[in-house]
Amino acid sequence: MLKIEDLRVSIGEREVLRGIDLHIKEGETFILFGPNGSGKTSLLMTLMGFSGYTVTGGKITFRGQDITHMPMFERARLGIGMSFQRPPTIHGLKTRHLVQMCARGREIDPEAMAARVNFVDFLERDINSGFSGGEIKRSELLQLMAQKPSFVLFDEPESGVDLENMQLIGKVVRRLLDGEVDLPPGACAKPLKCKLRTSGLIITHTGYILDYINADRGQVLYEGHLCCEARPRDILEHIRSFGYQECIKCLNEPSGLTPLDVTRTAS
Amino acid sequence: MKDVNLKDFAFTGIERGEIADLRTLDANDKHRILHAGVDVDSANASAVFMHMDQSTVHCKSRDPGLELLDFNVAMKRYDNLPEYAWKLIDRDKDEFTKNVAGNTHGGYFIRTKPGAKIAKPVQSCLFLKADNAGQNVHNIVVVEEGSEVHIMTGCSTAHGSTHAAHLGITEFYVKKGGKLTFTMVHNWGENATVRPRSVGVVEEGGVFQSNYVLMNAVGTLQMYPAIYLNGRGAIARFNSIIVTPKGSHVDTGSRVIMNAPDTRCEIIARTITTGGTNIARGHIAGHAVPCRGHLECKGLILGGGQMLAIPELDATVEGVDLSHEAAVGKIAQDEIEYLMARGMDEAEATSTIVRGFLNVDIMGLDGPLAKAIQEQVEQIDSGAM
Repeated sequence: MLKIEDLRVSIGEREVLRGIDLHIKEGETFILFGPNGSGKTSLLMTLMGFSGYTVTGGKITFRGQDITHMPMFERARLGIGMSFQRPPTIHGLKTRHLVQMCARGREIDPEAMAARVNFVDFLERDINSGFSGGEIKRSELLQLMAQKPSFVLFDEPESGVDLENMQLIGKVVRRLLDGEVDLPPGACAKPLKCKLRTSGLIITHTGYILDYINADRGQVLYEGHLCCEARPRDILEHIRSFGYQECIKCLNEPSGLTPLDVTRTAS
Repeated sequence: MKDVNLKDFAFTGIERGEIADLRTLDANDKHRILHAGVDVDSANASAVFMHMDQSTVHCKSRDPGLELLDFNVAMKRYDNLPEYAWKLIDRDKDEFTKNVAGNTHGGYFIRTKPGAKIAKPVQSCLFLKADNAGQNVHNIVVVEEGSEVHIMTGCSTAHGSTHAAHLGITEFYVKKGGKLTFTMVHNWGENATVRPRSVGVVEEGGVFQSNYVLMNAVGTLQMYPAIYLNGRGAIARFNSIIVTPKGSHVDTGSRVIMNAPDTRCEIIARTITTGGTNIARGHIAGHAVPCRGHLECKGLILGGGQMLAIPELDATVEGVDLSHEAAVGKIAQDEIEYLMARGMDEAEATSTIVRGFLNVDIMGLDGPLAKAIQEQVEQIDSGAM
């Protein structure tokens, strides 16, 4: 679905991604860990196509198409969606209007969608104007529900969210990733579901989101390099116990046997 | 302000006969006035008025609660309207008021019956068709006690290039508990000279709500309507949307004078210049307490031009609550990219932001006028970006 090959990205003079290789398959959910400033957000922004993130090398392929230099709206129309961490306020643009525009002509029911993220009261409000952390997340999810991407980029879905909202957001993220579909009566759900699952790339600091979703794989991004591929829960546990210091060792490990692998083999 | 020489225009000799059915207007004229917010094919009107060049050509009320007369007819019928005509505006104020006072071609006299809530809007159109025509109109609106009415007035030239002058006097009287919504849409051209002079008085508990839209080029337009809140609890609100393309010179503002306790006002202007000059004024005076007023002027420069915002607050008693906010800026890149990440191309994203910025929804307009405004918003971007 998404293939990143030796991707190098700079912001101005500063190189923030130094040769990233990553392959996310159809229906797969990939978790990205990493300390602040490691380049996680830069990777998401580059995949979406934001200005200011200059690709200096490598290639991004999405569903077989080279999107490395494709304008952002074309990527969105190809099926890439993104949940923003700090979206801008747009005065005079009602949430309802934006949700409708996200659907791009597809028939949707904004009320019913908003009800699922407990956001009906916000439909007439200017988008993001005075929204709290949790409200921003719900608004972003509502827009993604309307947009219906086949691949979602989540930048810290749990940041600035209280526990009550976390549960709601976790469930909705899961639903989004599982692919929402109204099955015809009698149809066998399993093969259809596999096919309709949305792929995702999720950045998380705390890992709370892992309580709600089925993450398939995970990796640590450290100083612009990817390392330590493992099961997301194992990575999280490891970071909780040892911090990111181990990643430095890992990067310098020539054998390719990472500390995480060692932990797992030992247990 | 650009100099105007009234000798450049013919203020006599361009009379027009009655047009019994405005649907018979030619397609071009209809299209032009539609962009001034007047839909002659619509049945949604309590009364319909049209003034073309130097004559009232159509003047009919369809609602028993509403009186609509040509200004000169009303003057004759009511002994020169001693309570209303030239009571709020000095006929010697400037050369334009003098010109209208000396030779008033027409205009509307609109009066509601006390307590009448007029459900459908009054449709009015002031139209300049002949080249070099000078138009002198005088309008009077009387909203009697406890009554409500919405006047939608569109002013337009027949072509974007028509060389013409519109001079208009308007006096508003909103009596105790009355409510007037006054929506005015201007659709002039680059050779039009426009000098409206408007003043209104709102009595106790009355509401004056003005919506003003100017989205197309105008040679020179200068106006500074003023509303006096003279009764306790009176309210005035002005919402303006002004776009000045290259060649436009627009000097406008809204003024509210609060002379009674518990009065409130709000003046909100959204302006975009795409190459023209836009002087955006605003003035709120508080002379009684408690009173509250807010003035907000936000401007965008898209591609050139000048924006001069001049907000003024004048308080003469302790305890007034007045504020103003003025800003001139640009469309933020992060807003465009936010929308592009949702699948909109750059033009769509820009138009969505501009529409939001212009705050069109605040006027609560619908139907062909809302559609016409939307179309014009889209044109702004294609021209400027």
